Amino acid sequence: MIVNGRPIDDDPRPGQCLRTFLREQGWTGVKKGCDAGDCGACTVHLDGTPVHSCLFPAIRAAGREVTTIEGLTLDQLALHPVQDAFLAAQGFQCGFCTAGMIMTTAALTDEQRADLPRALKGNICRCTGYGSIRDAIEGKPRVKTDTIMVNGPVVPAIGQSVPAPAGPDVVTGKAQFTADIGRVSAAASEDADAPPTAPLHLKLLRSPHAHAWISSIDAADAMRLPGVVAVLSYEDSPAAKFSTARHHNADDDPYDTLVLDRTVRFIGQRVAAVVAETVGLAEAACRLITVDYEALPAVTDPVSAMAPGAPLLHPAPSVTPCGDPSPYPAGAGNVCTEIHREAGDAEAGFAAADAVYSATFRTQRVQHVALETHTTIGWRDGTGRLVLRTSTQVPFLIRDEVCRVFGLAKDLVRVVAKRVGGGFGGKQEMLTEDIVALAVLRTGRPVQLELTREEEFTAATTRHPMEVTVTLGATGDGTLTGLALDVTADTGAYGNHGPGVLFHAIEEAVTAYRCRNKRVAARAVYTNTVPAGAFRGYGLSQTVFAVESAIDELARALSVDPAQFRRRNLIQPGEALSNGSGEAEDVSTESIGVLDCLDLVEKALADGRGLAAPDGWATGTGIAVAMLDTIPPGGHLGRSRVAERPDGKYAAFVGTAEFGNGTSTVHRQLVADVLGCEAADVLVFSSDTDRSGHDTGAYGSTGIAVAGTATVRAALALADAIAARAASGADARDGKLLEAEGYCDGTSRSVAFTVQGFRVAVCAATGEIRVLQSVQAVDAGTVLNPVQLRGQVEGGVAQALGAALFESVVVDRAGRVVTRVLREYHVPVLADLPRTEVLFASTVDPFGPFGAKPMSEAPFNPVAPALANAVRDATGVRFTSLPLRRDTVYTTLQARAASQRATSQEE
Amino acid sequence: MDLNTVTEFAPAATAAWRDGDAWLGGGTWLFSQPQPRLRRLLDLQAFGWTALTETDHGLRIAATCTLAELARWRPARAAYAPGALLGRRCCEALLGSFKVQNVATVGGNICLSLPAGPMTSLTAALDGVAALAGPDGGTRRLPVAELVTGDGRNALTPGELLTHIDLPAPALAARSAFSQLSLSPVGRSAVLVIARRDGDGSCVATVTAATPRPVQLRFAALPDRETALAALDRAAPGYCDDVHGGGAWRAAMTRRCLARVMAELAGEEEPAH
Repeated sequence: MIVNGRPIDDDPRPGQCLRTFLREQGWTGVKKGCDAGDCGACTVHLDGTPVHSCLFPAIRAAGREVTTIEGLTLDQLALHPVQDAFLAAQGFQCGFCTAGMIMTTAALTDEQRADLPRALKGNICRCTGYGSIRDAIEGKPRVKTDTIMVNGPVVPAIGQSVPAPAGPDVVTGKAQFTADIGRVSAAASEDADAPPTAPLHLKLLRSPHAHAWISSIDAADAMRLPGVVAVLSYEDSPAAKFSTARHHNADDDPYDTLVLDRTVRFIGQRVAAVVAETVGLAEAACRLITVDYEALPAVTDPVSAMAPGAPLLHPAPSVTPCGDPSPYPAGAGNVCTEIHREAGDAEAGFAAADAVYSATFRTQRVQHVALETHTTIGWRDGTGRLVLRTSTQVPFLIRDEVCRVFGLAKDLVRVVAKRVGGGFGGKQEMLTEDIVALAVLRTGRPVQLELTREEEFTAATTRHPMEVTVTLGATGDGTLTGLALDVTADTGAYGNHGPGVLFHAIEEAVTAYRCRNKRVAARAVYTNTVPAGAFRGYGLSQTVFAVESAIDELARALSVDPAQFRRRNLIQPGEALSNGSGEAEDVSTESIGVLDCLDLVEKALADGRGLAAPDGWATGTGIAVAMLDTIPPGGHLGRSRVAERPDGKYAAFVGTAEFGNGTSTVHRQLVADVLGCEAADVLVFSSDTDRSGHDTGAYGSTGIAVAGTATVRAALALADAIAARAASGADARDGKLLEAEGYCDGTSRSVAFTVQGFRVAVCAATGEIRVLQSVQAVDAGTVLNPVQLRGQVEGGVAQALGAALFESVVVDRAGRVVTRVLREYHVPVLADLPRTEVLFASTVDPFGPFGAKPMSEAPFNPVAPALANAVRDATGVRFTSLPLRRDTVYTTLQARAASQRATSQEE
Repeated sequence: MDLNTVTEFAPAATAAWRDGDAWLGGGTWLFSQPQPRLRRLLDLQAFGWTALTETDHGLRIAATCTLAELARWRPARAAYAPGALLGRRCCEALLGSFKVQNVATVGGNICLSLPAGPMTSLTAALDGVAALAGPDGGTRRLPVAELVTGDGRNALTPGELLTHIDLPAPALAARSAFSQLSLSPVGRSAVLVIARRDGDGSCVATVTAATPRPVQLRFAALPDRETALAALDRAAPGYCDDVHGGGAWRAAMTRRCLARVMAELAGEEEPAH
């Protein structure tokens, strides 16, 4: 086989696919997104023909020429035109799909380029929403890639569409993700971020029972298999309980999880871990382990879990590491968290109303499907420290919890994240690091664990499914008189993020509207199903779907325009927010851009641009509003260090993590603006516990609002130091290089808004919903980087449309996940999505760096209700459950038509 | 993905089939999910079969013919042009991308026997006959519409190999109509209906994707809409009901697609939405 012009001597294994063979040979630009031919991240050319290398028998490539992203141009000085085009359009965010996108695009015929929806149906991008990818393929640049001016004036970096610094590495396949260690030679590696020797591989034996006690495990046969190094089970687990959820305040989540537990609480939970020389041996050893289970009664939905006499998932009281009673579970039985609030008198409010609307809305389980699965490689470095190279949003929080669980001092553990292939909240969890740490400590050797796509669906986390009953009342002039929410969230077998998501779900969805009478009842319930966790929007998308749908109905009932109804009732600048608890909120409402956003969206929809409706289809428009506090409550630490470099440039060491959200680019701009240099003269190093002080990490949309503020403060302090040096007459060339630190505690919070508008056409005969126009206006404060912000919004809308139209992790009554591959869990491909127009309101945040507000999660939240409101406008039918799949839409419209016929016959 | 239990890769021509073996066509399904029972892959490429053999009797499609090869087929006999066009449309109906179609085989798609398998749709609709070779050296022929017996089930016995499919000349030359729907624009087929009108005026409609196995409705002459739908009702096929489409919707969409293909064959304009 010839790979990228080089002959390969090694022979593939009989059952090996081309993907892993190429990666073993060091061509790590070939990615694993699904390992099943669905996502296209592993695309290579075989004698010029593109194939999914994960499906191709490696032996069949013998004697043929293989081209990977690394060999697309053999001339190392110039990029392939498609690579140039992806750079110019910034057709990537996390970059994990990019090699496959480029390899596919490079092989398209003109005919295929003319029909991209079909040509790209085998390529999934989870970040961009395909807008910038389409632009790349169609040759429409979004940034100038030649902005470096020699000896020219320095351009202020803020507000410029500075391209992502990692772009050139991403489009050439050089960017290193966690698993991309290439060929580790037997000799000690020079790279401190790579294991010194090739790692052992870890595979997990998982529970086939929804609820069971492990009476015994016999691993003797597995241990006898040559190449098996260790089998770990509950007997090897540290006794310290933890939560896979990682938060600034560790006590935010119940301490209900062990590295390896003797009780299994969902199908897919870890039972044992095998560490072996190869993945195949580890798998074989898993099959040789005999486990005797004592099956326990299981509950797989919140209603049965809350029924009297239901089996308890976590009967023992939960305590914090200090030995205090844990605040969670705070409810009875299987209730993990329960919240009751009332301000004013909601019933009196409804009694005073001219119209009251009440309905129950249901949202489904959805999965992040970050294209890079959870992956950790652990080893001991030369000084004996435990190093975890891992795909995480929160390296410091992982470090701290590994230290606590294993009883290690903080200076004995280092956690480092390389480029992270998408997160969306799914990597604000400790799902792989703990078990790898145990394996490294036990074997003393480097160990790698890479979850499969199936494990992501069955044993990682999902969004919390919720049932939300909302009741709204208003007087005839459209003034809200009462607002009540009753929320039941299914947190699955463990309480990771259960309390946090529940508190957040009933926060901004309630505080966004002024109303004297508010009542909230909410509970998160344990069930014997795959755990829910953090996911972009963090509970709000579920309740916003309910509230914004109900607002639309109430306005209609009162014959008030829904946008006008919102203008009348939304929070006004300077007003105090009320979540019903009666406590004062620590959130500033000084800057509120929602009226701007509403105007922009209404104007765009009125213009009617977009696609024309097919003949005979019903059409309608809909909008929805979402508010997001700019920083999570309870504090969030950002720490950065900015330093002079010997080459005259600057280095920014930031604690936060970049996972496709573009923060590295913005940090570079922030430093450049403060220090008056070009953005290209700032090098950003992130997510390494060795390189900056403790930083809470990247969640809650804090990469700019908190971490960016810390970076600005570090840069300002450095600028002061440089000025002082100059004033003292010292020569910079002689003195030592200066550096300064910056810190932000994330306690100054404000609000940001997003408004989504849709014009849709609905075919009653098939149930198809076609989006004719999609527009989102965002209250992002000062726009630091327009192209990146646009990409974030496009991607958020796309991910939300997937959840609104297609996606559902189906769990059967026994608690088994049915949708285990991407062929059964449909995430949007290019063909599924409209172009989304992104508009910016003119606001300035009082706290964010240069007045910027966060915009990572917020774009997701208003999408589903705006779509449902547009469908309601088109069809007259209110859909209260997601997703709005064609078969559901069809049968619902049919049932409605049948009942209308019956009614008219009676009359 | 890697099939780590496989320890042997052997040319199919010389190997005797045994438990733990799998015939390797393109591998696009075999390598797409764990196959812990497999020990040996038997490489069908070793047979060196000619992908497509066109004769006056029709078209012989080797089991190892890729979908891309079939889609590129331009028949030497102008009469077969309708069959070639239908073949292209069915290749496009595969959920897998054009990159999968570069590797996936016609035989593999049929033997997988998924309701949405478009090669089952094509070859059943054209009254294709499958040639099967048993491990004992015996051979038999079976219409594709009878080979596929359910969702992921077929009439193949252990070790039996599909070697090729014969599409008869009259069916290739027949005027046909195609209608397909799924839950998303380029998603997995939830219903796929092909109707064909032969030279003798007879007509056959083949329903796949919506039903666990192909359902064929035969008419001596082109039926009107009501006659066609009544025949579907009489056939009373069970409908698939899963994440690729609810049963009631699939039933309704089958009626819709059937009406459309019959209208198209009758030369009527496509019914408006």
